[in-house]
Amino acid sequence: MKITHHPQPESLMSCSAGSMPEAFAAIMSSHMALCPECRKDLALMEDIGVALFDKIDATPVLGDAPVMALRASEADRGDTDDGQTRAAVTTGGVPRPLVDVIGGDLEAITWKHIGPGVWQHVIPLSDAPRGELRLIKVAPGRALPEHGHTGSELTLVLKGAYRDETGHYRPGDVADISGDISHQPIADPAEGCVCLIATEGRLKFKSIMARIMQPFAGI
Amino acid sequence: MIPQIEIVPPRSRLGIKPGSISMADFLQRIAERGDVEAFRKLFQSYAPRVKSYMMRQGADANTAEELTQETMMTVWRKASLYSVEKGSATTWIYTIARNLRIDRLRKEIAWVALPEGYDQQESPDALPDVVMSEQERKKRVQEALAVLPADQLEVVSLSYIDGLSHSEIADRLGLPLGTVKSRMRLAYQKVRELVEDLK
Repeated sequence: MKITHHPQPESLMSCSAGSMPEAFAAIMSSHMALCPECRKDLALMEDIGVALFDKIDATPVLGDAPVMALRASEADRGDTDDGQTRAAVTTGGVPRPLVDVIGGDLEAITWKHIGPGVWQHVIPLSDAPRGELRLIKVAPGRALPEHGHTGSELTLVLKGAYRDETGHYRPGDVADISGDISHQPIADPAEGCVCLIATEGRLKFKSIMARIMQPFAGI
Repeated sequence: MIPQIEIVPPRSRLGIKPGSISMADFLQRIAERGDVEAFRKLFQSYAPRVKSYMMRQGADANTAEELTQETMMTVWRKASLYSVEKGSATTWIYTIARNLRIDRLRKEIAWVALPEGYDQQESPDALPDVVMSEQERKKRVQEALAVLPADQLEVVSLSYIDGLSHSEIADRLGLPLGTVKSRMRLAYQKVRELVEDLK
């Protein structure tokens, strides 16, 4: 898999800080499962967190080291499954970190038709999420109306491809879009496209979708 | 005279001097033989910082205390997954604290896993003497952070220590989202320049 579009450094930083809204972190994690380059960058970003953590003022801890509890938890030790030995992508085309939330097979997803040639599958997140995560499937050759963005949006291509003013996006590629970019994505004429999209704020995404759907609905 | 080529084993790559007992050693002792004394040492060194971190992330003192105990318990339980290639003990403990905070305080999934020895195998051509010691890199990162313009350090710190997303930082500081992002990007470029300068 040749990856040509990566997340912006500030996205990687927020991800390594553990400060990203969950929907965005899910995309970053999936991209990194596929991208050694970003994993390497993430290590440096983590060094920044470690450096700041190292300098933090100490707060006295009231309790002692939980030695009694350690002895009781002895049985837990020896768990060595760190998940790294498994393939980055399942045979069903799903990046490993996503398997728990959408299963291992893209073909088995239940889609909801939301407009001509466009389907979605909303992925439930934890309570009170600060963003939304969804799969979008676009039919071959289908162009979405040109639209702008008001907040952050991260898109990861899982299958097929799309093209817009900023480039050609294939599986593993991430489009890291903020505020001022307006674009008109067109799905690959042969394969169409399946993407994972994170957006911040429920209303923002709805307004984008409303604008996308307007021409179809004849409004 | 034939130049001496020294193959640097991972331990010296971390900048650990022979004979000195490092935090990584303590972690290794826990991993290898469940050394309770080594755990006490780690606890004394790290628990107060973990507690501060949890409080900065929005936990009250009691919750922070509980999360600190839990973080250190996780350090004990997961010690068998640790090896020096995965970074310093501080990196390991920081990562565990960070993920526990996402799980407990935000009640979300911690999507980014523990360090996995990020691709040291990706650069088999790197000569031993150009592999930067982790100690050295850490020092460079500290130095780079110390010279960052105040407005850049502020957003970086709000992200890492206070756990705020880009949008939350923008709200907190009353700045456009794009400004927050560009300040973070500039900060990263600066750190990266100074760290890579060492190679």
